[in-house]
Amino acid sequence: MINLIYLTVLLPLIGFLFNGLFGSKIKNEKIIGIIGSSTVGISFLIVVGAFIQTLSLPVEQRSNTVEIFTWLNVAGLNIKFAYLVDQLSLTMGLIVTGVGFLIHIYSIGYMHGDKGYWRFFSYLNLFIFAMMNLILGDNFLVLFLGWEGVGLCSYLLIGFWYDRNFEKGTTSQAAKKAFVVNRIGDFGFLLGMFLIYFTFDSLNFKEVFAKATTFPVTETTFSLIALFLFIGATGKSAQIPLFVWLPDAMAGPTPVSALIHAATMVTAGVYMVSRASILFASAPSIMIVVAVIGLLTALMAASIGLVQNDIKKVLAYSTVSQLGYMFLAAGVGAFSASIFHVMTHAFFKALLFLGAGSVIHGMHEEQNIQNYGGLKKYMPKTYITFFIATLAITGVPGLSGFFSKDEILWNAYANGSFVFWLIGVLTAMMTAFYMFRLLSLTFYGNERFDHHHVHPHESPAVMTVPLMILAFLSVVGGFVGMPKVFVGEHGNLFENWLEPIYKPAQLKLAHFGMHSHFEEILLMAISVVLALSAIYFALKVYTQKPEIAESVSSKFKGLYNLLLNKYFVDEIYEASVVQPIQKGSEKLLWKFADVKIIDGAVNGVALLIDKLAEQIKKIQTGFVQYYALVMIAGIAVVLFFLLFSL
Amino acid sequence: MPANNYEYFLLLPHIVLSVGIVLSILIEIFTRKGKEVLPWFSSLLFLFVGFYSIINIDKNFFIFGGMVEVGGRASIFNFIFNIAALLTVLASTDYIKKYGINYSEYYILIQSSVLGMMVMAMAHDILVIFMGLELMSICFYILAGLNRKRSSNNEASLKYFLLGSFATGFIVYGIALVYGTTGSTSIQNIFENFMQYFNNILFIVGMLLLLIGFSFKIAAVPFHMWVPDVYQGSATSVTGLMSTAGKAAAFSVLLILLGTSLSYSSPIVFRNYFSVIAVLSTLVGSIIAIAQTNLKRMLAYSSIAHAGYMAIGLAAGNNYSFAGITFYLAAYVFMNIGAFTIISLIEGKDETRLTLNSYAGLNKKSPFLAAMMSLFMFALAGIPPMAGFFGKYYVFFGAIKSDLTWLAIVGVLSSLISVYFYLRVVVYVYFMNENEQFEIEKSVGSNLAISLTGLLVLLFGIFPDSLMNLIVNFIK
Repeated sequence: MINLIYLTVLLPLIGFLFNGLFGSKIKNEKIIGIIGSSTVGISFLIVVGAFIQTLSLPVEQRSNTVEIFTWLNVAGLNIKFAYLVDQLSLTMGLIVTGVGFLIHIYSIGYMHGDKGYWRFFSYLNLFIFAMMNLILGDNFLVLFLGWEGVGLCSYLLIGFWYDRNFEKGTTSQAAKKAFVVNRIGDFGFLLGMFLIYFTFDSLNFKEVFAKATTFPVTETTFSLIALFLFIGATGKSAQIPLFVWLPDAMAGPTPVSALIHAATMVTAGVYMVSRASILFASAPSIMIVVAVIGLLTALMAASIGLVQNDIKKVLAYSTVSQLGYMFLAAGVGAFSASIFHVMTHAFFKALLFLGAGSVIHGMHEEQNIQNYGGLKKYMPKTYITFFIATLAITGVPGLSGFFSKDEILWNAYANGSFVFWLIGVLTAMMTAFYMFRLLSLTFYGNERFDHHHVHPHESPAVMTVPLMILAFLSVVGGFVGMPKVFVGEHGNLFENWLEPIYKPAQLKLAHFGMHSHFEEILLMAISVVLALSAIYFALKVYTQKPEIAESVSSKFKGLYNLLLNKYFVDEIYEASVVQPIQKGSEKLLWKFADVKIIDGAVNGVALLIDKLAEQIKKIQTGFVQYYALVMIAGIAVVLFFLLFSL
Repeated sequence: MPANNYEYFLLLPHIVLSVGIVLSILIEIFTRKGKEVLPWFSSLLFLFVGFYSIINIDKNFFIFGGMVEVGGRASIFNFIFNIAALLTVLASTDYIKKYGINYSEYYILIQSSVLGMMVMAMAHDILVIFMGLELMSICFYILAGLNRKRSSNNEASLKYFLLGSFATGFIVYGIALVYGTTGSTSIQNIFENFMQYFNNILFIVGMLLLLIGFSFKIAAVPFHMWVPDVYQGSATSVTGLMSTAGKAAAFSVLLILLGTSLSYSSPIVFRNYFSVIAVLSTLVGSIIAIAQTNLKRMLAYSSIAHAGYMAIGLAAGNNYSFAGITFYLAAYVFMNIGAFTIISLIEGKDETRLTLNSYAGLNKKSPFLAAMMSLFMFALAGIPPMAGFFGKYYVFFGAIKSDLTWLAIVGVLSSLISVYFYLRVVVYVYFMNENEQFEIEKSVGSNLAISLTGLLVLLFGIFPDSLMNLIVNFIK
């Protein structure tokens, strides 16, 4: 099955081409949906097969390269289009195709009746194609190809309903924002790639990573490479300072938010950092930057999430916050914990988004949670699965989110510092609070919607079954990564599985700190207790005493407005970056530099060449004698010069 | 060296094609179905010869006392010629019917010209080169005037013949001088004793006259004057063949003639010659093309410019640039035949609808043709991921390897100029409003030819290595 891995890329591509080319002619939604979903489903089965085959191999042979063709071979730059099938890419592949498949199925129901039904499925397939290239590529260039591809799909899908309005603007504006912000990150990534090629003379993962441990490369170079790569990651994975696009990305259909802007694409940055772990581990100062940025993003986004009223916005900020956790883990050297959180987060966040989609679907496109309430009895299946996901994300012991979050927090303490842990726990409390606020306002309490116009109803099975499967995974998904304190030094299956990938990085980082089991259990207990109390508080406030919320918000009006307006980051960027660039572009670059200087020069040259061409054209008289004369003249000149050059 | 009777076996492609020509003539004489049978018969013939050659690429020998080379480089060129002829035959089915010139001779002449090219490509003796050249040229002179009822065809044919003969005169003179100074027509002999002959100015003049003669055939400035008139006046499908396979054949000879002589220590004369030719051709071709509104004429100038780019590779004179030229030729064959096929479909019965204006709003009439025309224009302009990009890239890179960076820069600059007139076509196709209403008739053959060329242009642009590796292994 490992050798068939190219099919996991090819099938979604075929699905994309088929639905993209013929979709508009096929009137039957079922055919489109089945083709779109089955290509991803089969890809998932192939990844599972490759996974099982890899598991049966001895540990040293678990990293296999599947060459497809030589892409470029020019002047020392030899790029093979090849896929690297190893523990990390398989893990990511399982998540992408598995969760992707469920979301495709869900979309069959969710997108029912949409006029762009075929377009939606072809884009989704194109996304899976690009994402699989991103995670399977065995060199930076193929990764970059996928990286740009998913960016394109994200753009296309955010602006999918291009004729709808979104907040103050249109969905196309949201899509453009995502694209432009991502370009900034991509620029950093490109610089990183150039520097890698410049330093190691290769872009192939295996070669670069092998040379990273043996080549005499200064720490400054490593730091620059890691910093550039990390800038790329902040764009794609929505970290400070480039996180602003993700909340706006909610303009896209909800399955898109679940698939691209929660479960898979936004974790590409985490994957890339994790893949290049040795480069990051060789730059300790950048590791700290990664951890701090991750931590700050987690805190900032969680605090914004406390006061948002749009159900998808809350989840979007929650995603940004959880991504921050993943970078915190990577920054303290716990790469396997970051990927573990990628996995569990994919389960419960996809479930939350899909659940939100189900609610929006049942509430006639209403997204404001202040207009929900008491939906529990109308949509029981959505409620139960949503409830499970909420428990998972808040870190209630036993569910998947608990294990991954706990591993990150423990590593933040053990390999980072107490402050990291403290802020992490504070963020976890906020997470628990805003999630239960969301849950309460949506499913409990008074029904605040207009009964005459809105008739809440449960979604069809094609939508609820994926919810149930994801709910199951959200519950049990964590057991593969049980804390060592409970299961012993070699009991954490997930970490053992990924360990060979991070071995070089871990050797370089060499954590020698000794911590007792007591410490670990104590910290775990503290964080659990704090999270539970936040849950209790949120439930109390939003189901029984909503006036508390109002009095608090009016008491701390300044803070409340700050959070409601997302720290005014968008406005600050608008004033400090967008406006100056826009004004500068318009006044200086466009009206002066472009119109006067460049256009003037270009048009001048073009005019000159045009005139020249008209003149030279006249030489072509049409008389054959004249032509022969020109030839003779040419020969005479050549021979003349020959005689003089000898 | 294989045994004597085996030598004939290695010539199978040439023998098959020769027999095919004789058979075609017999079919023409003795049946009334020549017009219906010959297109398919020729297609099969080209298909067989082309693929048989490329499959036997590794049977690389010098035979007949070293006069000809089979396999290897010759195989690659045989493939290019035959595929070009095949595509031309497929593409011209509509065109020759439209103009009422559906003569059987058309196919027989194309077959004969291809045989001439194949002889040129395998020659390792100046006389063999000459034989092949004349066979090809004479067929082309006739093909150019195929539509004898039209004066423009007659004019093109006559001009081509007069100037072609003129050039042939210089080639013969060059051969005489080379033979006179070396006492042999063997190219192998020239290579082996190059240093000895090099001091003889008559030998150098002889070689230069040969190179000049072939510079005429590749349409390089200042020996290019015939090109616009002939390309514009000839039947469009014939122009397609002349500008691609004909050019490729002339280049195959230049590659043989220069072969190793440039790698000897005193190549400065030839290098300077081709540097100047390259600069003049790229710039003159690109600049004058801007002033053209007739598409056939525009592509004629573009063909001059492309000859210039390839001449950069000749000036560079290393194995890499020679391989690059071969790749470039293959790419050029596909994109140019594709473009000419579309032109032949759009143009009206009496040489109307050849100007840019007729292409305005083509997208509305035929999205397929519009997309493919844009593809070919992008490819000709050298924009990745089309094959044209890598053709230029390899040639320019070869120039840099030979310390001719300035020449590569000139090449890039003139490509930049050329983007203007290529993309202008795309602008007309997509962004202008239709100002003429007409029906485009296209048959299976044309569709097939356009799709195939388009596919190959993309394929060799995305997987350039697949072809380049093959070429590099066999260009020595």
